[in-house]
Order: sequence, then C-alpha cells, then structure tokens
Amino acid sequence: MSKTFTRALHALALAAFVAFALFPLFWLLKVSLTPDDLMYGEGVRLWPSRVTLDHYGAVLRHTQFPLFFRNSLIVSAATGLFATAAASAAGYAFSRFRFRGKAWVVGVMLISQMFPLVIIVAPIFRLLSPLGLTNSLTGLVVVYTAFNTPFAAFLMQSFFEAIPKDLEEAAMMDGATRFQALRRVILPLTLPGLAATGGFVFTAAWSELLFSLMLNSSAAVSTFPAGLLGFVSKFSVDFGQMMAAGVLALLPVGAFFLLIQRYLVQGLTAGAVKG
Amino acid sequence: MATITLSNVSKDYGGGPVLRGIDLEIREGEFVALMGPSGCGKSTLLRLIAGLEEPGGGQIRIDGRLVNDVAPKDRDLAMVFQSYALYPHMTVRENMSFALKQRRLPQAEITRAVEGAAAKLGLTALLERKPKALSGGQRQRVAMGRAIVRNPKAFLFDEPLSNLDARLREQMRYEIRKLHRELGATSVYVTHDQVEAMTMADRIVALNDGAIQQVGSPQDLYDNPANLFVAGFLGSPPMNFLDATLAQDGALVVEGQTLARVPPPAGLASDAAVTLGLRPERLALTTPTNSVPTRVDMVEPTGTGRVVHLALGAQRLKLFTMDTRPLAPGETVGLSVPPGAPLLFDPGSGTRVA
Repeated sequence: MSKTFTRALHALALAAFVAFALFPLFWLLKVSLTPDDLMYGEGVRLWPSRVTLDHYGAVLRHTQFPLFFRNSLIVSAATGLFATAAASAAGYAFSRFRFRGKAWVVGVMLISQMFPLVIIVAPIFRLLSPLGLTNSLTGLVVVYTAFNTPFAAFLMQSFFEAIPKDLEEAAMMDGATRFQALRRVILPLTLPGLAATGGFVFTAAWSELLFSLMLNSSAAVSTFPAGLLGFVSKFSVDFGQMMAAGVLALLPVGAFFLLIQRYLVQGLTAGAVKG
Repeated sequence: MATITLSNVSKDYGGGPVLRGIDLEIREGEFVALMGPSGCGKSTLLRLIAGLEEPGGGQIRIDGRLVNDVAPKDRDLAMVFQSYALYPHMTVRENMSFALKQRRLPQAEITRAVEGAAAKLGLTALLERKPKALSGGQRQRVAMGRAIVRNPKAFLFDEPLSNLDARLREQMRYEIRKLHRELGATSVYVTHDQVEAMTMADRIVALNDGAIQQVGSPQDLYDNPANLFVAGFLGSPPMNFLDATLAQDGALVVEGQTLARVPPPAGLASDAAVTLGLRPERLALTTPTNSVPTRVDMVEPTGTGRVVHLALGAQRLKLFTMDTRPLAPGETVGLSVPPGAPLLFDPGSGTRVA
C-alpha cells in the first residue's frame, strides 16, 4: 500500500517536472500553429480553435531563415567536429600522460571558463577584425571551438579515465603502437563519450547568440539565433513566424539527440558506477 | 624462447626508489616467479621487462639485445594481465586474432592459429562471444589464449589468477604449468601468493622493498631462506620466530629453557641474542617429562592435521601435527625440536647466521 503510494508520488513528481520543463516547447509549437487572426483574439487558451501551417510556409518561402539555418548547420557541425577532435586529444593526454606543465595547462583551461563572455566580446572583435574573421562563418567556428574545447576536454578526460589503462597496454604488448592502440581499442570504446561531447558542443554552438550577433552583422553569415531577432521589428513582433522558425531550428538538434541518445545515457553515466 | 637479463636495474617514480640494483638472469624456457608482498616492486619489474615502464637505470636485455629503448610492440613478449584486459568490443576470436592481424599474417594462418589455441584451452565453443558474456574463468582462458596464439619469445604473467575463486585458481595453476611444459616458453610470473610461487616456479625471485632478497628453487628457498623475510613469506602456517640466546656450547635458550642444541657457529659472541626460526611442521609433540614443557593455547583442525598454538613463557609458537591424540587448551605438552630444524637469524639485520 505505502509502496504503491510512494511510487505514485514519484511518478506524479516526475510528471510535474516534465510538464514544467516541456511547457515552453509546447507553447512554441502552439503559437507557431495559431493563425494570425486568432493570435490575440482568443485570449489565453491551451489550443487554438483552428490550426494552420501558414507560418511555416512563410518562414521557408519569404524569409532568409533557410539561409540562417544553413549557416547554423555549417558552424555547429564544424565546431562540433573540431572541438571534439581537439578535446579528445587533450582529454587523452590529461588522462594518460604525465608531462611538464600539465597542471598549468589544466589551470589555464579552467580559468578560461570563468569569464562571462560579454566581457571578452569586444577584445575578441578587435582580434578577429584585422584577420578578416568578422562577418564570416569561419570566425564563429574559431571562437566557438576555442570556448567549447576546455570543457569538452575535461568531459573527454573523464571518459578516457573510465577505460582501464590495461587495455591499451595489452594492445601495445600485442604489437600495436600507442596510436594504433588508441585507434583500434580505445576509440571504439569511447564512442559514447565522443557522441556525448559532440552533442554537447553542437548544441552549444547551435544556440549561441552573443558572438553571432556581435561578430557578424551581415545577414549572409547570420546564424539562426541572430536571425530569429529579425522577426522583431520596430513596431511589431511576428510571433507566429518566429515560433515556426524556432520549431524548425529544434529539428536538427532533436534528430541528433534521438540518434545518439542510446550512447548518451551510457556515456553520461560511464564511470559513475565501478565495474 | 628467450633469455632475459637484468643488470643493475632501478626504477624511481619520484617518491623514493621502487626498485634498486636488480640483477637477474632468466634462462631459456625457465618458469620464474617474482614473489613478494604488495608494493615490493614485482609488478614494476615485470612492466620494465615488458617495456611498459622505462628503467631509471641499468640494462635490460632479451636474448642479449639491449631493449631499454625498444617499444613494447617490438619486444615480442606476451603479457597476461590481472584484469585480463580483454578488448570488450571484440569477440573472443577477434581478441585472439588481434596480435596476428597486427603482424599482417594471412587470414588462413590467423584462423588456424586461433582455432588451435582455442582448442588447446577449451575455448572453441566461445569464439564468437564477447568478453561480457564469459565467466571469470573463461575470461582468464581467453587472456591465456591471446598470449599463446602469438608464440612469443616469452610470457609475462601479472598475478593472472588473483581474480579467480580458490578452486579455479588451483585448476588454472595446473593448466598454466602444463602449458608451460608443452610450449617450453620462458615465463615470468608475478604473484603475492606463496602457494602459486612454490607450486609453479622452477625458480623463485623473492622481492621486498624493491630489492631481490633471494633467488633459488622453491625447495631451496623453503629449506634455506637467506633472511627473515624469505623465511616468513614461504610456508603456511608461517615459520615461528622466537627470541633466543645462543650459548657458547650451542644451546638455544628460549624463556630460560634449552629448546635445542646446534653446532656453535663461528663468529658469534657468547650468549648472543638470535632470532630462532622453526617451521611448524618440523616440530613434534611429546610428553612434558622428556622435553620442553609448553602450554596448549588453541587447537585448529585443518583436515589433514591440526595446528596447535603453544605458549612458551611469554612467547607464542605454532606446531603442525598429524598426531590424533586428544589435546585440550590449557593442557601442558612436551615440545621436541629435531636436529636440523632450527634456523638462526641475526635479530638486527634479519640475515641468516646458521
């Protein structure tokens, strides 16, 4: 009796949390499907009396959203790739090697994570401007990779730590170089970690607004978070189209996480339990 | 088949020496056990031979060739790890093929070698399984299989049986021994278990505090230990150590009682304090009237016999007997020490004096 009761309470608490967390997403979807004439006319209700896909059509056909979307995809994918590669190399070194200055490198990487980004936007702009890296997707990839690599490296380090050293030593005894051991034995075992780290970096780059807004002013190289602001004009906000664009922007991230979720759960808990 | 020669090898991790002045020659086809308590440096020594650690000083030679700077992969040694270190994402077959693929042998030859080794170890039915789906004993066999399939110059074992239960351990002891006889390959076997070292090795290298204490055949170490460490490490129940004085005439006096007589060794002061070592199974129970009276403290039956804890004044000792006479705690019995049983050690340095 008390067991079923606690279980029900447990389920209820979970349901409440999920509802709380997902409600904004639901609202996003709801507004994106609400026709313009009902947007304000029906007051606040959970579901409009009539739904439409007009906003989606408008966003795809009459705005620059597809361009922003493409830019975001390029920037996020490139960032995910570079940052994960750099983080894996660094994480492996932190986990396996003793070298001079290791504590310093780790310390500096940690410190780099402590500044609010707003403080360093201006200096970064001054740095990138003469290099021709403002108003460019490359500039964004460089900045995002730099800022995401430290945390990603610590993440990868913990994944490597979870893999016993014996495995690569066994491979080295079996005739492999350290690099071959890494590629043929350690890397396949780190796939969940790579997926988790890649997903984390991709999402961070995908939703980044500040640098995208400050470094790139031309619409041709805007990412979609900056582009979304275009739906806010001086006199009105086109909520319907803005929300439709938001839903579309969720799709690749959602699809990506659906794809890797099996690895992700495994990855985020790896090392938590011994054995 | 190879000889492995270590001369004056040392290792230091920065917190004091882990190994000091190691000189050791491992002969072709020999089964050598590196034996000692945890932290004695035995695993480090094995890893130095493997090439997984770099020596701080000295020279390591395999078949006469200096290998200090040779990568593990080029030493052609196979190692069996305590954790087995099976590649979790590969099947048993892939695990065993790994080294051969690394050498780019033709597929047919790999298949033949793997299946041969699998048959030898009774792994044939498990070849397509992943390590996750194997029991501890089976994993141990796969680790062995991965080593023998390569036909290496020498085998290195790092406490390979310590994760198995007692019965399996005994069985694998036998099988490793049998494999060694069949393959005749030089083997270096690290263990903290004196039973493994005694039963398996041609020669035992006893290590303590990063230095070799004694090298010899198991029986030699058992009968003629060079110091207190070796004497105390081998044997179960362990050797008794008693504080004694050695009189001029060779009488060994413990707690005011003359326990035994030995030929007086040269160079010892009269009434010198010595540590007297007595193996429990060399002692005999008699009647109190014709030998040293001692009090029975406790009796532990072991099945084959009994371990009798005795009190001799303030000192305690154990005796192993297959005698079946009734013994009760508190009872006074006679203790007889046959000639040849007493081993004498210097109480300060621990070295054997007689």
